[in-house]
Amino acid sequence: MTITQEHAPNPAAGDPSRPIGFGRLQRKEDPRFVRGKGNYIDDIVLPGMLHGAILRAPVAHARLVSIDTTEALAHPKVLAVITGKDLQALKLAWAPTLSADVQAVLVTDKVRFQGQEVAFVVAEDRYAARDALELIDVEYDMLPPVIDARRALDPGAPVIRDDIEGRTDNRIFDWEIGDAAETEAVFATADLVVAQEVVYPRVHPAPMETCGAVADFDPVDGRLTLYETTQAPHAHRTLYAIVAGIPEHKIRIVSPDIGGGFGNKVGIYPGYVLAVVGSIVTGKPVKWVEDRSENLMSTSFARDYIMQGEIAATKDGKILAVRTNVLADHGAFNATAQPTKNPAGFFSIFTGSYDLKAAYCKVTGVYTNKAPGGVAYACSFRVTEAVYLVERMVDILARKLEMDPAELRLKNFIKPEQFPYANKTGWVYDSGNYEPAMRLSMQMAGYDDLRREQLEKRERGELMGIGVSFFTETVGAGPRKHFDIVGLGMADGAELRVHPTGKAVVRISVQSQGQGHETTFAQIVAEELGIPPESIDVVHGDTDQTPFGLGTYGSRSTPVSGGAVALVARKVREKAKFIAAAMLETRPEDLEWEKGRWFVKGDPSVGKTIAEIAFGAHGTVALPEGIDGNLDAEVTYDPPNLTFPFGAYICVVDVDAGTGHVKVRRFIAVDDCGTRINPMIIEGQVHGGLTDGVGMALMQIIAFDEEGNCLSGSFMDYLIPTAMEVPDWETGFTVTPSPHHPIGAKGIGESATVGSPPAIVNAIVDALTPYGVTHMDMPCTPARVWEAMQGRARPPV
Amino acid sequence: MQIPAPFDYERASDVANALVLLERHGPESRIIAGGHSLLPMMKLRLARPEWLIDINDLAELDFIRREGDQLRIGALTRHTTLLESADVAELFPIIRDAEQVIADPVVRNRGTIGGSLCQADPAEDLSTVCDVLRAQAVIRGPDGERIVAMSDFHRGPYETAVAQNELLYEIRFTIHPRSGSAYEKVERRVGDWAVVAAGAAVGLSQDGTIEEAAIGLTAVGLDGTVPEAEATLRGRQPHEDLFIEAARIAAAVCHPVDDQRGPVDYKRHLADELTRRVLRRACARAAGAQEG
Ligand SMILES: Cc1cc2nc3c(=O)[nH]c(=O)nc-3n(C[C@H](O)[C@H](O)[C@H](O)COP(=O)(O)OP(=O)(O)OC[C@H]3O[C@@H](n4cnc5c(N)ncnc54)[C@H](O)[C@@H]3O)c2cc1C
Repeated sequence: MTITQEHAPNPAAGDPSRPIGFGRLQRKEDPRFVRGKGNYIDDIVLPGMLHGAILRAPVAHARLVSIDTTEALAHPKVLAVITGKDLQALKLAWAPTLSADVQAVLVTDKVRFQGQEVAFVVAEDRYAARDALELIDVEYDMLPPVIDARRALDPGAPVIRDDIEGRTDNRIFDWEIGDAAETEAVFATADLVVAQEVVYPRVHPAPMETCGAVADFDPVDGRLTLYETTQAPHAHRTLYAIVAGIPEHKIRIVSPDIGGGFGNKVGIYPGYVLAVVGSIVTGKPVKWVEDRSENLMSTSFARDYIMQGEIAATKDGKILAVRTNVLADHGAFNATAQPTKNPAGFFSIFTGSYDLKAAYCKVTGVYTNKAPGGVAYACSFRVTEAVYLVERMVDILARKLEMDPAELRLKNFIKPEQFPYANKTGWVYDSGNYEPAMRLSMQMAGYDDLRREQLEKRERGELMGIGVSFFTETVGAGPRKHFDIVGLGMADGAELRVHPTGKAVVRISVQSQGQGHETTFAQIVAEELGIPPESIDVVHGDTDQTPFGLGTYGSRSTPVSGGAVALVARKVREKAKFIAAAMLETRPEDLEWEKGRWFVKGDPSVGKTIAEIAFGAHGTVALPEGIDGNLDAEVTYDPPNLTFPFGAYICVVDVDAGTGHVKVRRFIAVDDCGTRINPMIIEGQVHGGLTDGVGMALMQIIAFDEEGNCLSGSFMDYLIPTAMEVPDWETGFTVTPSPHHPIGAKGIGESATVGSPPAIVNAIVDALTPYGVTHMDMPCTPARVWEAMQGRARPPV
Repeated sequence: MQIPAPFDYERASDVANALVLLERHGPESRIIAGGHSLLPMMKLRLARPEWLIDINDLAELDFIRREGDQLRIGALTRHTTLLESADVAELFPIIRDAEQVIADPVVRNRGTIGGSLCQADPAEDLSTVCDVLRAQAVIRGPDGERIVAMSDFHRGPYETAVAQNELLYEIRFTIHPRSGSAYEKVERRVGDWAVVAAGAAVGLSQDGTIEEAAIGLTAVGLDGTVPEAEATLRGRQPHEDLFIEAARIAAAVCHPVDDQRGPVDYKRHLADELTRRVLRRACARAAGAQEG
């Protein structure tokens, strides 16, 4: 089903701006944010709290010869200086990563990337802690670094991970999917094959709030309270229990308001562990908050995929197969957060939105002397790279065929009747209806008029480009039989209590970093129970107060926890039926539900509202056998499949032929995320993601020089787009609900980040057609665009 | 949060007091004006002054005055004030052109012309602007006041004629009839420092030939203006071919370096392209001034 109307406002709500259930609703969290009353890590102040600072390595690859901490310890305000040696004694020098590797908490043997953690100072205030870093004397023995991922597997390349027994090279994994032979057969007989190396450079999530923690270890009862910037509090608790040996019931993780995550706050960073160690050592709470440069240089980056793409087609434009060979730069430790069986995440969605005969890919992960990570930046577990690859390849094919890129896509879409659609790499797309979304975006853009304008401009030597991208995402990990992180299945719990007066509290395992969970999840309960969202509190971000679940990333909150919350509300509704029946002295099967109320079939005047039932549940009515005296429930939702949001994006750019400067003039984004819970929040997510896309496409790269010095360690060098670089976003939508999700919702958090870079780059390459340009890699800075115009486009790495 | 090394701080009450404080606290004391260059460097611990002498209370340094054939601008005049000044827009449109692309409103509300010139970053836009307008710097020190031409003011990257115990007081611009000026910058993002920028100022004679010309380039390792190109322009009628010729010379004499903003050949290309653009606009403006 595809509809293009906004979800009808609920008549019961009276005021459509305050719906009972789904619809536009201002965020419940906004009053505290706009009044400066948010509570972030750095707002947390505990009695007697000390401050930590990390000494970081100035070089990328060097053996650690010695550390002298005498002078730092003599600083009057310093209480402790912790080194790798101290951690070795505690068996905490190395910690497991989320990808079956280990990462040094503090350097013990050698430095493996610039910015790596070398020592930790705990002092009375953060100024003293920072000053004392300069009093630590470290001697390094320089080693040749491996910076270029293309050279990482060269025979004789320095072995970065000599800490791992038996390691003789820098290969982390080789992973393949699809049928190589079948794909080769299709390529061999195709009319047309085009090949292109497509690079998605290393970028950084750069959340507005950097990472930090306040650790409070109580030596008396051995209890650790850890306030952390984490997107996954429950998973962190389990990992700390395993790593640090503190019993899990003695650990409480609190993730307060989080100033943006984008995947940057999924993993466990050395700084968090060091705050804990600092608190254990000093017996006082310890706060550690990294600065901007530390965040950019040492925490989880994203992308860094060098992709050799190939696409095969018939001469009349039927796409037959896609094949790719990927070199993935994971940095010094394999700390990417991917489901265990998916070392390249969900990259295998590179088959895109097209009905293919065959597909195959191979991904090789390598170590380099760069910061570890690879989890992050709204990537839906590498869907971003996959979509970028296929959408660039389809555009290159269109050029080769001299076919309009929108027309080529329309010709090859998976048809609505083919859903659920099993692609060639093992995904089953739950639902989709691509053509209406594509046509809507073209209509909103005035596509034909734009093409005419472009022709006229070209006659005058002006460079205007129109870029199209169409993406299918795979989000909402996921069915626990397929997806786990370090053995923890990716299911989510939810608990709901309706208080005697009909107000409710829903406790969820996922953690908001700005997505508006407190509003969206209240609206899901509201939709199911018919009580207004403002009567429902959403509790999240505290492991002592919420049920277990895997956290917010990969656009999984609505697909997984959204399902859990809908189901727990339905469970309460079902229970309410039995209680209402007892109150009305009738049989449950004689009752009928209307939003907010059970009533007697055939006699709507006789019924009980949820509030009345809640009071009854806690009151004096005799309850039927097996019904507890409350209106509470809990569930754990294990989704049967992932969900597959999609969208059609069109970008219009103007390029200054004299300077190579790109102006994004218009951007049309049509998204289909299934059922739309709060369209205002959806639009916010889309606006943010599109802005991210402009950043990546035009200006962002975490760059290194040959020695491994990070050249992008501040916002003067790592550029964040501003309102001046983005146009007024033109958003539209279609609605194709997920057939298996309890409310048909699919997830929207990363769609725009995934879908926008290819649209922008396609538009730029389109603009440069008169110069014979068929491809250029991001970031499309003025200099790089100009080089492409000179026929000298070069990869960024 | 990035934290500077320890320092002490004192607020000056007037210019004389500022000079006394600089003398008293010695060689490791520094003036702080808008703080938008000095504080970032201190936070990165690239600068470690022991004393900061704050001149933000010195209203006497915050002025734009038109006197005779001169426009006088106090060192503490903020970017925003320059951007919004009608006199500046009318007399020296190059300043407004530049101010529109310097940093962002937050920085412009605090950053000052004096700080910009004394910082002398090779990518500083106002340095080029002052070069092109052949401005004069008024410097106050323990021995009184001296006036220095821009060509003597710049002493290389991050170095100027202002000694540690001195203060930049004022910048003076001479008003010429039938003149026009323009500035254009290529940046990777709004608020970014220039990849390359160019500025030009011209004065036309009665018959419309170019009488006086100045060309400056930002962020390409040029000291001062480009006399060779300026000589080519003088005495000739403004014309596209002439702009091309002058721009080619300017591009050839600069010394860009390869960095994150772009390779040498691109920057040289921009020097050429942007010089043509600003010459075109400066001449058009001068012609407009002539008519009006
Ligand atoms: C994000 C950002 C982007 C920017 N982008 C640009 C840009 O695109 N183009 C550009 O040109 N600039 C840019 N700047 C710099 C900005 O213009 C600064 O304001 C300016 O360079 C310095 O002015 P200030 O008043 O802040 O100086 P301060 O930082 O206070 O001082 C700078 C130096 O000058 C000295 N000083 C200041 N005033 C005097 C005086 N009266 N006498 C003697 N010495 C003095 C100080 O001791 C110090 O050494 C940017 C700055 C930031 C933070």
